[in-house]
Amino acid sequence: MRLYAAVAVRGFRRYATYRVATLAGVFTNTVFGFIVAYTFTALWSVRPRLGGYDLPHAVTFVWLGQALLMTTALLGGGFETELVERIRSGDVAIDLYRPADLQLWWLASDFGRAAFHLIGRGVLPMAAASVVFRLAWPAEVSTWVCFLVSVGLGVLVSFAIRYLVALTSFWLLDGAGALLLATLLATFFSGMVLPLTVFPGWLGTLARALPWSAQLQVPADVFLGRHRGTGELWALAFQAGWAAVLLGAGRLLQSVATRKVVVQGG
Amino acid sequence: MADAEYPVGRRTALFEPRGRTAAVRDGLRGYLLIAGMWVRSTVVYRTSFVLMTLGNFAMTALDFAAVAIIFGHTRVLGGFTLTETAFLYGSSGVALGLADLAVGSMDGLGRRVRDGTMDTLLVRPVPVFAQAAADRFALRRLGRITQAAVVLGWSMTRLHVAWTAVNVLLVPVMLLSGAGIFAAVFTTGAAFQFWATDAAEVQNSFTYGGNALTQYPPTVFAKDLVRGATFVVPLAFVNWMPALHILGRDNPLRLPGWVDFCSPLVALAVCALAGLAWRAGLRSYRSTGS
Repeated sequence: MRLYAAVAVRGFRRYATYRVATLAGVFTNTVFGFIVAYTFTALWSVRPRLGGYDLPHAVTFVWLGQALLMTTALLGGGFETELVERIRSGDVAIDLYRPADLQLWWLASDFGRAAFHLIGRGVLPMAAASVVFRLAWPAEVSTWVCFLVSVGLGVLVSFAIRYLVALTSFWLLDGAGALLLATLLATFFSGMVLPLTVFPGWLGTLARALPWSAQLQVPADVFLGRHRGTGELWALAFQAGWAAVLLGAGRLLQSVATRKVVVQGG
Repeated sequence: MADAEYPVGRRTALFEPRGRTAAVRDGLRGYLLIAGMWVRSTVVYRTSFVLMTLGNFAMTALDFAAVAIIFGHTRVLGGFTLTETAFLYGSSGVALGLADLAVGSMDGLGRRVRDGTMDTLLVRPVPVFAQAAADRFALRRLGRITQAAVVLGWSMTRLHVAWTAVNVLLVPVMLLSGAGIFAAVFTTGAAFQFWATDAAEVQNSFTYGGNALTQYPPTVFAKDLVRGATFVVPLAFVNWMPALHILGRDNPLRLPGWVDFCSPLVALAVCALAGLAWRAGLRSYRSTGS
């Protein structure tokens, strides 16, 4: 356990090292937040209460998206690129010899990264937004706690999906295509381009049931206080359920991959 | 005797100042050679290449799906219909796609400066700009261009616009000028990375962010944002200004009518500025020295 905690701490520090990159990212998140917030404002001014949100809710949703974009790695760029490269080069063989579990190792490092991104990339754009826009902040401490738990579960689901995607390079060798496809699904079905409650008919129902909604839609709804009473717990259970299923699938695929595939190199 | 054997002729030929056209031709040739090499290397992993191109297409298609969903809830956004917004979306997407294909790889320059591989570019007999622009040339970016072109074509068949000679001519002029403006932004961003090697993400605000901005009507945004996109970073000239003329819309900043035709001039001006920024950046480059 201490090993994985140490890995997580170093994951945090590794990303914290690049201060200029972080500031550049904050700037970009803020610019995008402004652009999207204006389009949402235009939409909600003609359709107030669309998708069950009022204008401050909708604008807050935009900024939560910018804050969680890096945290739940919707655009990728976390450990998975590294793991894909290690599989391609054959270095993964060394990882498998180590007295540490492959999945837990990368999970720990990804949690460290996510924690840094939540603080480094999440807080400042939200602060900048609150100067210009009216945001819907949670009124109660319990909502904040629930939100943080929900973000944590979102990171877990995000990790589980990216781990599965990275493992496909045992067969495809070049993981770039699969990574792009994963990014694509994550941005659309997480609610990053539009809240999933605005999606029409069956598409909306489907999108809300898929695991990607755990990465933004669910934490955002918890933040905005859309779930009352036990609804909040159900939302967290939904995330935890997907996390368990996908992490399990990752284990399974890992054992198949390591047994059947001959590692390249040498 | 020794003096006569010294290869004076060859030496002067090497250092003789060449004409500007010859230099440009050399650069272009180097660019095409490097780009071709990268294309060949990407097609080796065929499955992944097909997935990447489709993914690139789908990525932007889903972007448009969001626009379509928005217009499923309202008939007009900022006073613009779906067809009109599709026209803006398509023109902005094609312009960015072209620039991204041609010089988009330059955002990896900071990494080269950081790890010292920039030095390799300096010793090769090809202009550094051509090398940096062709580095990791990504043919998959055709996916974005195709998707945007499809949307643009679709919108043009459905727009109720008088297709006069001026309007018809304005479309390709708009796309090329737009690509020029985006290419200048990519170049300036890359030049900036000579000083701030870690700040590659800043330029995303103006390239992909500029794309996100100009795919919606200007009436959606606050006046100050539109002003900034007109006078500071002239993204409004990528498509807003010429497109508003084609669509017969009023200028959001009440600028005179001739401004609608200024995109090529603006593109030339920002490309010249980007060129200066690139030179300044390259001159200030100090190797890591290891």
